[in-house]
Amino acid sequence: MKAKHQRLVLVVLALVALIGAALLAIYALRNQASYFYLPEQMAENPPEVGQAVRLGGMVAPGSLETQADGITVTFTVTGREQSAVPVRYAGILPDLFVEGSGVVAEGRLAADGTFVADNLLAKHDENYVPRELEGMSEHQAAEMAEETTVGLE
Amino acid sequence: MIAEIGLAALWLAAALAVLQLLGGVLALRGGTTSDIAALTRPAAILQGGLVAVSFAALLYVFAITDLSVKLVAMNSHTLKPLIFKLSGAWGNHEGSMLLWVTVMALAGALIAGIERRLPEKTMQATLAAQGFVALGFYAFLLLSSNPFERLAQPAAEGLGLNPLLQDIGLALHPPTLYFGYVGLSVAFSFAVGALVTKQVTPAFARAMRPWILGAWVFLTLGITAGSYWAYYELGWGGYWFWDPVENASLMPWLAATALLHSASVLASRDALRVWTIMLGVVAFSMSMLGTFLVRSGILTSVHAFAVDPERGSFILFLLALYIGGALLLFALRAGAISEGERFSVASREGALVVNNVMLSAILAVVLLGTLYPLLTEAFDVRVSVGPPYFNPVGAVFTFPMLAVMAVGPLLRWRKDGFGRITKELALVGAVLLSGPILFALLFGMAILPLLGLSFAIALAVASFLPLKGRKLRRVPVETWGMVIAHFGIAVALFGMASESAFSTEKLAALEEGGTTQVGPWSVQLQKVEPVAGPNWTALAGRMTATYRDGEPVEIAPQSRNFWAPPQQTTESVLVTRWNGQLYAVMGSDANDGRWQLRLWWKPFVTLIWYGGLLIALGGVLALVGRVQKDLKRRYVTRRAAERRVDMENG
Repeated sequence: MKAKHQRLVLVVLALVALIGAALLAIYALRNQASYFYLPEQMAENPPEVGQAVRLGGMVAPGSLETQADGITVTFTVTGREQSAVPVRYAGILPDLFVEGSGVVAEGRLAADGTFVADNLLAKHDENYVPRELEGMSEHQAAEMAEETTVGLE
Repeated sequence: MIAEIGLAALWLAAALAVLQLLGGVLALRGGTTSDIAALTRPAAILQGGLVAVSFAALLYVFAITDLSVKLVAMNSHTLKPLIFKLSGAWGNHEGSMLLWVTVMALAGALIAGIERRLPEKTMQATLAAQGFVALGFYAFLLLSSNPFERLAQPAAEGLGLNPLLQDIGLALHPPTLYFGYVGLSVAFSFAVGALVTKQVTPAFARAMRPWILGAWVFLTLGITAGSYWAYYELGWGGYWFWDPVENASLMPWLAATALLHSASVLASRDALRVWTIMLGVVAFSMSMLGTFLVRSGILTSVHAFAVDPERGSFILFLLALYIGGALLLFALRAGAISEGERFSVASREGALVVNNVMLSAILAVVLLGTLYPLLTEAFDVRVSVGPPYFNPVGAVFTFPMLAVMAVGPLLRWRKDGFGRITKELALVGAVLLSGPILFALLFGMAILPLLGLSFAIALAVASFLPLKGRKLRRVPVETWGMVIAHFGIAVALFGMASESAFSTEKLAALEEGGTTQVGPWSVQLQKVEPVAGPNWTALAGRMTATYRDGEPVEIAPQSRNFWAPPQQTTESVLVTRWNGQLYAVMGSDANDGRWQLRLWWKPFVTLIWYGGLLIALGGVLALVGRVQKDLKRRYVTRRAAERRVDMENG
């Protein structure tokens, strides 16, 4: 093989591998990315039962209940326009999880319309002040919740 | 006063970076003899000293909790233990950017001070590039993130540091990671220098290699430490979450690993010239991209300290300038770099090319997965990308790479055949194939952990095969480095596969005196009692954990409440045995006299981090071996020169 050819072959091989990786990645991303839903979106246009998605909103005050097993909790996540989604979660509540604060629940919708969370994310940020949500109208609070949950992973 | 000294030192350092850039450019235009050119090296060295002074000033104001400095008032507290006051200096946006430029200036000073192997012209171009990159970050720090800003009215008390960051992990993880991140700037500057002078030679690769190795070792340690920190501090039981911030550290590591291997092809065989330069540019670009992702506020996480769009656009501008500039230079000059030596497919080089391509493919997969949520957000669709994407898609490229990694070191340089190593191939293949059958029969596990365990065992065996038939005492240190680093990959992989295949989890609500089982452990909750610390109070669950019929171990995980700032954290407890860890988290009260507990038994999970340490150790050995060899070579050259002079005189 001539010198020029070898470089060409290497470049072509590397390009093929990288383009292959990119195509595979894009294909997988379309299927595997988990979409973010607000409560009203989940009400209007619910995801398929069992599909991994995330639900973000406010933990409705007064809705948090611990079940008889001492581990499972249920609560309601609200958004704008009185939309509310019941959530069930088995596990230890994260630090900073309080009624009236923003939360992102990772999980899937069950057939009975309950959202079953595998993981709850409350914001881990020292500058996060749940008090800011006090004294706002429900609508503002929902917007605030949306703000505070942006980018939560 | 001290804060003002720090700020002044920073401005002076920025001025010296301008001088360094000018000196380098003039040297390239007018020859290395001009007066200003002679200033390039001293400018770089002095700059390192000044930035060190500035960083020391920041540490000082944090140590004495000078509340008239805004950064201290915002992020520290008088009641914090001293070690967390000091490490809190970089637990915020401004301080961490100062740490970034400190490392960058020190690296620049170091190459200016001790790197004498390269042609002076390449050196000048390298230092000019280093000065140019540093200048952008000085501008960023001084214009938009001044760490020494004073408050008009000193605060009465500081706001405190995020309790999650009040941990020994913060003292270790960011500096180590930054040494790696920013250390790669040296490889970047070297690559730019070589592009400017079009001199890409084995000598160049030999000069660049120790710097890559050093940065890579720190990066490896930083990622390992960060992973363990997240594992025990967050209390979620996981060691890697494919969080964008984690990916931001993984991407430079992948690029640096590829660079390391291609530089060694260039050094030994004078092949892969253009590719090595390209990777030098890509590796540091990934570091800067990581900084952008973390520091711009695009992401909100423990790592993103403040959301400020101005800062985001500033870093984005720097990113475009440096990466775009370097890539443009690359596009213009790559054609002018002549073709290196040829090699056949079945050769060490061939295997290293496959390794490089696979690493680049993994890098592309991680990069796309990390950026995808940002892209979709532009169209107002919010998604998150997690393990269901990264694990299988990454595996498509990781396992072929591991297979090549097992075989590659057995091949000779330039031209070889697989016929020569059939025995070794058969051994590795047999281990690889028997693994899945065995594990599938015994445990019936999922495909990825199954492949992981089999590849880990095969690779562990294969990593020692290069030593076969050699006198161990005569094996060069850098070969030991390779063997140990590859073995470390196998060890870490085994830990990961074992963690995902064999972990058991138990959630329970227990009364005092109640008992529960997790894997081979039985855990009894004795008593829940309050505990007080310097800036927190906690509920501690006293438990006894018993492994099968062994001695009971007393543990007391806590649920802590910090009051500055007010926040609750979980302090998990780990019980380490040779064959795994028991992980215990104390939850809150179940409102009926019972307490929530979360327990995991994770067999061989510790191997993940031992593997990381082995990989880093391998890097250190390779570094020692290379430097030793280089010193020896220099000594021999000098002796030969002396002898020549003696002969001429005598």
